[in-house]
Amino acid sequence: MSQDETRWERPAPLPSRNSQFFWDAVEREELLGQRCTNCHAFRHPPRPMCPHCLDVSWEGVPLSGRGTVHSWMLPVHPRLPMFEYPLICVLVDLEEGIRIFSNLYECAPEEVENGMPVEVFFVPTRDDKKVPVFRPIKDTTS
Amino acid sequence: MTRRTAKPARGQKAVIAGIGQTEFSKNSGRSELQLVCEAIKTALDDAGLEPRDIDGMSTFTIDNNEDVDIVRSMGIENLRFSSRSPHGGGGSIGTLAHAMAAVESGLANTVVCYRAMNERSEARFGIAHMENNSNATGSGSGFLEWSMPFGAMTPAAWTGVQAQRYMSQYGVTNEDFAPISVQLRQNAATNPLAWFYEKPITFEDHQASRWIVEPVFRLLDCCQESDGGVAILVTTEERARDLRQRPATIAHATQAVPFETETVTNFYHSDLTRFDSGIQCAKDLYERTGLGPSDMQVGMLYDHFTIAVLWHLEAFGFCKPGEASDFIKDGHLALDGSIPLSPNGGLIGEAYIHGMNLVTEAVRQIRGTASNRIDEVENVLISAGMSGAILSAP
Repeated sequence: MSQDETRWERPAPLPSRNSQFFWDAVEREELLGQRCTNCHAFRHPPRPMCPHCLDVSWEGVPLSGRGTVHSWMLPVHPRLPMFEYPLICVLVDLEEGIRIFSNLYECAPEEVENGMPVEVFFVPTRDDKKVPVFRPIKDTTS
Repeated sequence: MTRRTAKPARGQKAVIAGIGQTEFSKNSGRSELQLVCEAIKTALDDAGLEPRDIDGMSTFTIDNNEDVDIVRSMGIENLRFSSRSPHGGGGSIGTLAHAMAAVESGLANTVVCYRAMNERSEARFGIAHMENNSNATGSGSGFLEWSMPFGAMTPAAWTGVQAQRYMSQYGVTNEDFAPISVQLRQNAATNPLAWFYEKPITFEDHQASRWIVEPVFRLLDCCQESDGGVAILVTTEERARDLRQRPATIAHATQAVPFETETVTNFYHSDLTRFDSGIQCAKDLYERTGLGPSDMQVGMLYDHFTIAVLWHLEAFGFCKPGEASDFIKDGHLALDGSIPLSPNGGLIGEAYIHGMNLVTEAVRQIRGTASNRIDEVENVLISAGMSGAILSAP
């Protein structure tokens, strides 16, 4: 996806102290999941304590970047100058069992459907940052 | 049908003894502080109380009005209880829960619950929210960090992503939302307090309105953006005996924050078709009062977007999961239906005072003074999703 230099750029993410690792990795074009080192449960969005075992130790684990569309919609109004429309917003169920909100590209709006397999890639934002977005996984068997 | 009454759960009962409001508009022409003071004064007059009788206040997040400013403006002398519940409009009925708790425990004797805002002429919720100081979502929302960089910047967008999952799972389309909007505008059309008084719409009007979030919400699926103020006076049953109005008993009021809940951006529940916070509210309200859905004569259900009505109907057991759109088509929400929906027109038809004008109408229905009066009202359900209450006839 190319961004016209004259347009406003996509807003940069605003990391919190709890999510800094996630956005640092995204800048390196890496998608990390926060996993509890005690009970190994993944969680997203990041938070400091595991809600399952109350352990505060965790690690950022590389994710496959693959998942399926859980839900989607097209924000139509108001339009924002820093995005290209039609814009597809998706919730993606990642293979590791966590869900992430993002955009879907390389797909016509009329072709989006829940359950569609997708994979991550990265696009630039304002301030030389990046965000993870998704595109359909092409069926290579047919 | 036998009219069942809520079982007495507590010693000292909290009741609503007064209601007040300003006119609802798109440009009030005065400050939010003035609006709230006017609404509270009207509520005091309604009850037959004076500012010095108020010793408690309860509001909720995304409110620009501070208790100290109201105290200074109205000559309130001995405020000893003040609370601000979380969750924005979804938590609006938390004000009743806090007021009830304060009054019944003796922390305060008379608590005013309030909301006033110039939400159309000043800080609109429906515009894009991109700044760190944006106030449209309240505390605890993941919108800024996890939605904003992806172009989801309005309440319609945040709610829309959750809604699409429901629609996809149950084969519901935007056309199925039209009857809700049409019903609420029809109710508003005969309510002189409503912004959309004498302005009903048709199914075709709904379907011709522009998309806000495709394929989920059109313009006429969205609540209004409004200027106005509302105030509710909560006191003890005993105190209310000496006052002007027939009180509306707070049979129970509650708040609900199930696991994985966020404010507005509810993306992470295991099943997005299920309205977890509403289910928790329903369980708590029904258990505490001994009442059930068939005991409610009116449903004041938070209609920030039409689909929320479907979610509330299922969460509160008026119909089974996935059956709400058929239930609505069968006419149950009409003024003469089994569970009339917001006879004042709700947030879509009357005004969007962040949920608090659902309470004023509930009280009017209990008193029998509403424009679209439902006969023999014993219990009214009010739900804002993350908070709710059952009001009962005294």
